[in-house]
Amino acid sequence: MPVDVRRAARMTDYWLVLVQRTWKGSVVSSFVVPFLYVLAMGVLLGGFVKADPAELEGATDYLAFVAPGLVAAQAMTTVFGEVTYPVMGMIKWNRAYYGMIASPLGVPEVVFAHLAFVVFRVAVVSAVFLAVMAPFGVFSSPYGVVLAFLAQLLLGLAFAAPIYALTVSLPNESGFALIFRLGMIPMFLFSGAFFPIANLDAPLEALARVTPLWHGVDLTRMLVLGEVDVVMALVHVAYLAALVLGGWVLATRILERRLIT
Amino acid sequence: MIQAVGLRKSFTARSGEVVEAVRGIDVEVRRGEAFGFLGPNGAGKSSTMRMVAAVSPVSGGTLRILGLDPATDGPEIRSRIGVCPQEDTLDTELNVSDNLYVYGRYFGLPRAEVRRRVGELLEFVQLTEKAKAKVDDLSGGMKRRLTIARSLINRPEVLLLDEPTTGLDPQARHVVWDRLFRLKQQGVTLVLTTHYMDEAEQLCDRLVVMDKGLIVAEGSPAELIRSYSTREVAELRFNVGEHERVAPKVEDLAERVEVLPDRLLLYTADGEEAIAQVHARGLDPVMSLVRRSTLEDVFLRLTGRTLVD
Ligand SMILES: Nc1ncnc2c1ncn2[C@@H]1O[C@H](COP(=O)(O)OP(=O)(O)OP(=O)(O)O)[C@@H](O)[C@H]1O
Ligand SMILES: [Mg+2]
Repeated sequence: MPVDVRRAARMTDYWLVLVQRTWKGSVVSSFVVPFLYVLAMGVLLGGFVKADPAELEGATDYLAFVAPGLVAAQAMTTVFGEVTYPVMGMIKWNRAYYGMIASPLGVPEVVFAHLAFVVFRVAVVSAVFLAVMAPFGVFSSPYGVVLAFLAQLLLGLAFAAPIYALTVSLPNESGFALIFRLGMIPMFLFSGAFFPIANLDAPLEALARVTPLWHGVDLTRMLVLGEVDVVMALVHVAYLAALVLGGWVLATRILERRLIT
Repeated sequence: MIQAVGLRKSFTARSGEVVEAVRGIDVEVRRGEAFGFLGPNGAGKSSTMRMVAAVSPVSGGTLRILGLDPATDGPEIRSRIGVCPQEDTLDTELNVSDNLYVYGRYFGLPRAEVRRRVGELLEFVQLTEKAKAKVDDLSGGMKRRLTIARSLINRPEVLLLDEPTTGLDPQARHVVWDRLFRLKQQGVTLVLTTHYMDEAEQLCDRLVVMDKGLIVAEGSPAELIRSYSTREVAELRFNVGEHERVAPKVEDLAERVEVLPDRLLLYTADGEEAIAQVHARGLDPVMSLVRRSTLEDVFLRLTGRTLVD
């Protein structure tokens, strides 16, 4: 599955043109939605949560606890949107992938460029979210914020690559509703973004610990709050990196088998 | 330009059943010629074209495009050919000129160069006014022309066209044919598939007739007609159901008689004379006419079936 990165870079203009044609539709919401989340969950709901800081994984109050969780959760939902319907569309509906592989580009380049675009989307969404959070005073240091931003890119890819692989292995879009309902939404709610997973029953807590989102949330929270457990942080990075690699290899193989007949 | 020897393609369906789409064909396309694959649905035309376009692995035999092996030199081959696939693969999210622009970039062409070519090609396929239109708003003929323009963005040595005018109305087809003629005059090698005999006659210097994965005849349109048909054909239409009954009575008036559900075809050098004889025998067709033989007749002779059903 060797990817020719220089050749894949030839697709940059394709993705740029696509962004130019579509960014206006989402620019307002991409600022407003994070603001509303932080306001509602962090400030207003958080005002009722009088938790002992010892139980908040190092956060001084609920706002500081939930804000990093929200950033990571938003990175995840962005990815789910980007690697389901749009990918299926390029295979089945406008068949744009077939046009791409009729040029000198191959499937490895197509997958690489598409995943790179998803990372770009995550970067934009996460940068906006972190910027919106800044006035709420939850950051411990500028380094932490930069590292937390990079952590979103890793987390984004750790979702993007395996779900891309899943999408290209599905015959059509009818499975997506299930992926959202049984995959994304339970993870969103129960992977430690909104409450410490220690609050879950032991079996559920164990389950939460293997979700990529929990690794992402915990990593983001450590970095934002400046309470870094280095060993744990490395475990998170390694786990997410393994998902990226495994998903990426699978995605390329499966799409190759599907398009090259 | 293109050489195939014993070329095969088989697909394994999900059920495990093996479909033999191309069952060993020999083809040689020379530089500058317009070469056609004529055949009915399922003949294996697209399967052949996709192997030549280096997007579908060869199942057997050898294939060389521009002297290169698609198994090892796929990207190099694809950078030097143009492909207009049977089903459009335009990006419906992008407008007309963006579709050309981003495609040119896939070939690693510099931005300024691509922009220049986009302008030229839009002019060439008469879509300059539609440059900013959405692909979805184009008519079928315009989409086809846009796909042809896109396939020319890398100034290909060979242009592969899989059913370039299927589904277009007659006027739109003539516009496409006119553009393809011009390309041929510019020296571009054209390889096209079609199941329209008039398209094959109009555009192709040489063609092969394909049926069920095999080549059943090869030559120029005129040669094929000469070898497999007579100069003229008398068509006789009788009342529904009478054709079978009448056929034996006129059999001796022509070299060959074909019985179709709606008419009789008498293959003969002199059609008028044959029709005069039919009337002399007291037979009274509802309609009769004389025409020249076409590739349709060649196909009927070779396979016992009509091309377009
Ligand atoms: N990807 C595929 N998987 C399985 N079978 C296929 C595949 N592609 C083509 N076939 C089968 O191979 C045979 C030849 O198909 P092909 O598309 O090459 O014919 P064609 O001459 O282009 O026909 P048409 O005029 O309908 O386009 C058909 O029986 C078709 O069902
Ligand atoms: Mg076909």
